[in-house]
Amino acid sequence: MKIKKRVTKTVYHLFVVLFGMLMIYPVLWMISGSFKDNAEILRGSLGLFPENLKLTNYATGWSGFGGISFTTFFKNSIIITAIATLGTVISSALVAYALSRVRFRGRKFWFTCMIATMLLPGQVIMIPSYLIWHRLGLVPGYLPLIIPNFCGQAFFIYQMMQFMSGIPRELDEAATIDGCSKYSIFTHIIMPLLKPSIVTTVIIQFYWKWDDYMGPLLYLSKPQSYTVSLAIKMFADASSTTDYGAMFAMSTLSLIPVFLIFLFFNRYLVEGIGTSGLKG
Amino acid sequence: MKKTETGCIRKFLYKENTVGYVFALPFIFGFVCFSLVPILTSFYYAFTDFSLGSKTAELVGFKNYVRLFQDEVFLKSLGVTVKYVLFSVPLKLAFALFVAFLLTRKSGLVTLYRSLYYVPSLVGGSVAVILVWKQLFARKGLINTMFAGIGMPTVNWFGDQTLAIVPLILMSVWQFGSSMIIFAAGLKEIPTSYYEAAKIDGANGFQTFFRITMPCLSPIVLYNLVMQTISAFMVFTQVAIMTSGGPNNSTNVYAYNVYKQAFTYNDMGYACAMSWFMLVVMSIITLIIFKTSKMWVFSEAGD
Repeated sequence: MKIKKRVTKTVYHLFVVLFGMLMIYPVLWMISGSFKDNAEILRGSLGLFPENLKLTNYATGWSGFGGISFTTFFKNSIIITAIATLGTVISSALVAYALSRVRFRGRKFWFTCMIATMLLPGQVIMIPSYLIWHRLGLVPGYLPLIIPNFCGQAFFIYQMMQFMSGIPRELDEAATIDGCSKYSIFTHIIMPLLKPSIVTTVIIQFYWKWDDYMGPLLYLSKPQSYTVSLAIKMFADASSTTDYGAMFAMSTLSLIPVFLIFLFFNRYLVEGIGTSGLKG
Repeated sequence: MKKTETGCIRKFLYKENTVGYVFALPFIFGFVCFSLVPILTSFYYAFTDFSLGSKTAELVGFKNYVRLFQDEVFLKSLGVTVKYVLFSVPLKLAFALFVAFLLTRKSGLVTLYRSLYYVPSLVGGSVAVILVWKQLFARKGLINTMFAGIGMPTVNWFGDQTLAIVPLILMSVWQFGSSMIIFAAGLKEIPTSYYEAAKIDGANGFQTFFRITMPCLSPIVLYNLVMQTISAFMVFTQVAIMTSGGPNNSTNVYAYNVYKQAFTYNDMGYACAMSWFMLVVMSIITLIIFKTSKMWVFSEAGD
């Protein structure tokens, strides 16, 4: 009996690990591809270990296109992502507080609007939003990619509301008795306790903005202003044969921030997705 | 005198209504400017022949909407999108549930495994990985090498009208991570006493799964179904990078088609009509899912 149990356990772990490796194989293959030469990649080799290690892919990739290197592209991506993420966190926390803790007239109505925008697919308003930004003379430019994030994002507002409903109201009441206004309750009580939810928001929004392709595609036109995702796509657009080694090298680099954050904050991410989905 | 005036302002500032609107202001502003106004202006533009650069937009009545149903490219894109959704969403949810189930064992390693299985979702949306995926399915890509290795004929994935959508569907299924985590959280919530009771009553694995696990999980299935359906209908980046809608529009999904109408052909009025049509279709589908959910979603509170 004991042996049988141990065998099933081993089989289980073996299966899960092997299957997991299969799942992340494309990612591993990309990383190994960044050290292979073009010919080997184009042959469709399955192996993860390059036949002859080629380190120059990173240098050629980084030098970019037409004199614009990946230093520029990374800088652009970091600026857009950082500002947009900051805006999302602040504005979403403010709105979540209003909707979950303040009893103002019209609260139900705005809550319904919030849920409606959560279900509204972004692509439906893609064209009209573009036309409005165009009319304002802000295309091409970074502002259309950043300003909407300062208006709270429904998904995160909802997630923060879920989290706030877990903060005991007695805290607010005690603070009110001590003479705290609604404003200072937000800054002194809710915000500090909201930390886990804020971390989740930062991570998810960072991913979305960092990976965003459609936004930059619509609103950026000069290569100097391109983000990393647009720049990587340029490898595939090149009129001559694609330098796959360089493309995979830059692809790998573009995923490093994503992996680092995942490595350190994985707990917050998993909990965030779990709870926000559960109570939906 | 001055004291009472500031007192008035203070009183106003600390009223619940004021506080509420002060805090909700970013959302209200955003909702009006970035949701309501675009939707309403596009409603207007959909009845015009508006294009970028032209000074005037002339009203053309229902012409754009009539055109939708005579436009073969549009009808094809509608069909392709439905096909994509019908295959990718159920497969993805089933796969997510399977992996979530696989990772319910009590073992210290399960958290680690969950992270491992989340990696595809983590990176799957990036241009980098989409390009890798494209290379995997290339003529001399890894998949064909594998096919050749086991003696199967190689396939020209992106050159075949019926097969070109397969890599796109597979890539969507591959990104099962978020759904899996939500399912896993749901599975953890099911009281073990239910399973113990079922065991005492002599229920087998199938019975426990369909009589206990699925009903308890149904609200979460609903949530995942709605979210995944909406996002599948809107697939864009994968198509833009992998196939550009080809060959012969066989992967020309809705969002990509709208994008092309607007920015390649500068037919903004028509693109707005398409957006509006999509909005209506999406609302109807969401409504149908919610309405029928009463029949299959198990709610503890009951009616």
